[in-house]
Amino acid sequence: MEFFFDLTVNGLLVGLMYALVAVGFVLIYKATSVINFAQGDLVMFAAYGAAVMLGLGWMPLWAVIPVLATGMVALGFVLERGILRPLIGQPVISVIMVTIGLAFVLQGLAAILWKAGTRELPLPVRVEPYVVGGVFISPINVVAAVTAILSLVAFGLFFTRSRFGIAMRAVADDQQASMTVGINVRRVFALSWAIAGIAAAAGGLIWGNMLGVDTFLALVGLKVFPVVILGGLDSILGAIVGGLIVGLVESIAAGYLDPYVGGGTKDFVPYVLMILVLFVRPHGFFGREIIERV
Amino acid sequence: MLRLNNVEVVYDRSILVLRGVSVEVPEGTIVTLLGSNGAGKSTTLKAIAGILGPERGEVTTGSIELKGRDGWVRIDHRLPEEIVRMGVVLVMEGRRVFEHLTAEENLLAGAHTRRDLGAVRRDLDLVYQYFPRLAERRRTRAGYLSGGEQQMLAIGRGLMSQPRVMLLDEPSLGLAPMLVEEIFEIVKRLNQTEGVTILLVEQNAAMALTIAEHGSIMENGRIVLDGAADTLQNNEDIKEFYLGLSEVGARKSYRDVKHYRRRKRWLS
Repeated sequence: MEFFFDLTVNGLLVGLMYALVAVGFVLIYKATSVINFAQGDLVMFAAYGAAVMLGLGWMPLWAVIPVLATGMVALGFVLERGILRPLIGQPVISVIMVTIGLAFVLQGLAAILWKAGTRELPLPVRVEPYVVGGVFISPINVVAAVTAILSLVAFGLFFTRSRFGIAMRAVADDQQASMTVGINVRRVFALSWAIAGIAAAAGGLIWGNMLGVDTFLALVGLKVFPVVILGGLDSILGAIVGGLIVGLVESIAAGYLDPYVGGGTKDFVPYVLMILVLFVRPHGFFGREIIERV
Repeated sequence: MLRLNNVEVVYDRSILVLRGVSVEVPEGTIVTLLGSNGAGKSTTLKAIAGILGPERGEVTTGSIELKGRDGWVRIDHRLPEEIVRMGVVLVMEGRRVFEHLTAEENLLAGAHTRRDLGAVRRDLDLVYQYFPRLAERRRTRAGYLSGGEQQMLAIGRGLMSQPRVMLLDEPSLGLAPMLVEEIFEIVKRLNQTEGVTILLVEQNAAMALTIAEHGSIMENGRIVLDGAADTLQNNEDIKEFYLGLSEVGARKSYRDVKHYRRRKRWLS
C-alpha cells in the first residue's frame, strides 16, 4: 500500500510539471488555433538559456529568472511575427508543418550555440527526499508542483479578470467579431506566444533541473499530446487535469508493470490512454464543446 | 456624421461588389439601407468598420469619412480598432456573440478599447438598464442565451465602446415579430436618448422605415433609390417589392409586375 501511495504522490507531482508545459501549448491553441509542435523545444531552449546563464556564474538565480522570462517572451514575439503571422489564413496542415520545422530548427540552433553535451541546471533545492508517512518525496518535485500551481492560478485569473485575457478568449471564439469591438487580433496572437514563452521558461527551469539540459529535453513536449488530448486542446483546467492523469497513470504503470515487461511502460501507457479517451470523448474531458442551440 | 463617397469594394482582387456607393448619415439620425440578399448592404457596413481584410475584400476607390471634432476625417484604410476608437462600431449580422464567454464578459470585451474602468462600469449598468434581461443572465455563457437575448447582447456589446455611430446589420434576423419590435424600440431609444447616430441595414423594410428618417435602396452594389423614409413608404415600387403591398382589392397577376423594366428604370 505504501508503494501505491508513493507512486500516486510522485505521479501527481510529475503530472503538474506536465501540466506546466501543456499550458503553453493550450494558450497558443486557444487563442490562435495553431497546434504548436515546438512547445517542447521552447522548453528545451529555455532550459539551455538558464543553464548557460547560471554556468557563466555572472548572475544569481533570482536574477536569471526574470532575464530568462524576458528572453522567452521576446522569442515568442519573434516567432509569432516572423514565422506564424505570414501564415494566417493558410491551411492548418501548413501551419503544423511549420511548427514541426521550427522544432527541429530550435534543436539544431541549441546544439550549434551551446554544444550538444548534457549540462547541469543546478537549482538551490535539497536533493535528499523528504519522507512523509513512508512516502519519499523529492524536494524538486514539490518546488515544481508549487511553481506549476502558482502559474496555473495566475493564468486562470489572467483569462477571467484581465482585459487582455478576455480579449484572448474572445479572439478564440470569433476573430471577425473581435475585430468589430476593436480588439487587435494580431496583438492577441503575439501575446499568446509571449505567454507561452513564459510557460516554457518555467517548464525549462524545472525539467532542466530534473533531467539535465540537452536537446533530448524537447521530448517532454511529446508528453504534452496525451495531456492535452485528455484534457481538451483549449482548456487550461483540462491541461492541469490531463497532466495529473498522465503523471499518475505513467507512475503507476511504471511501478506495477515494469517488473514484468522489463521497463519502458511509462513511455507508451499515456498514449494508450489517449487513444482510449479519443474513442469515448473526441474533444477531451474539458475541451470546448460546440455549443449548439436548438 | 458619416458619409460614403462613391465607394467601390473588390473581393479577391476580381469581384466588384460595391459599384460606387454614396450614403450620407447626418448626425443624430437613423438611416436605413434596404435591399435584397447580395445587394451589398453588409459589405457596405464591413467596409466602414474596416473588417473586409479577412474576407479578402478591399476598398479600391472612393472615400469613407467621419466627422470628428475638427472636421471630416477619412476612415477607409484604417485598422478596425482605430475605427472603433474613433466612435464607429459595427454590430454584425447573425449576432456573433462570443459564445464561450459569459454575457458580462462579452460586454467587457466590447469595452476593450477603453481604459477608464469607472466609466466602463457605468456603461455596463447603462446597458443593463436598456436590456434588463441581460442583467439577469450576466453569468450565463452567451452561447446558451436565446436568439433575442443574443441580439441584445450584440447591441449592448457594441454600445460598450461608446460609439457615436452604430452600424446595425439586420438586428431582426431570425427573431420572432414581438422581439423584433422590442429591439427596434430600443434602437430608436438609443438614438433619441443617447444620441447615437445609426446606420441600419435591414431586410424587414416596413419595420426599418418606421424608425428611420432616411432610407436608401441597394441593388447589385449600387444605391438605386433614396429619400426620406415616409416618401419611400409611399413609393409604389417600394410598396410592391419590399413592403409586399399592392392596391387593395385589385386582382393581381404576376404578368403585370414587370420586374425587369421597373428595376431597369432605377438603374438608368
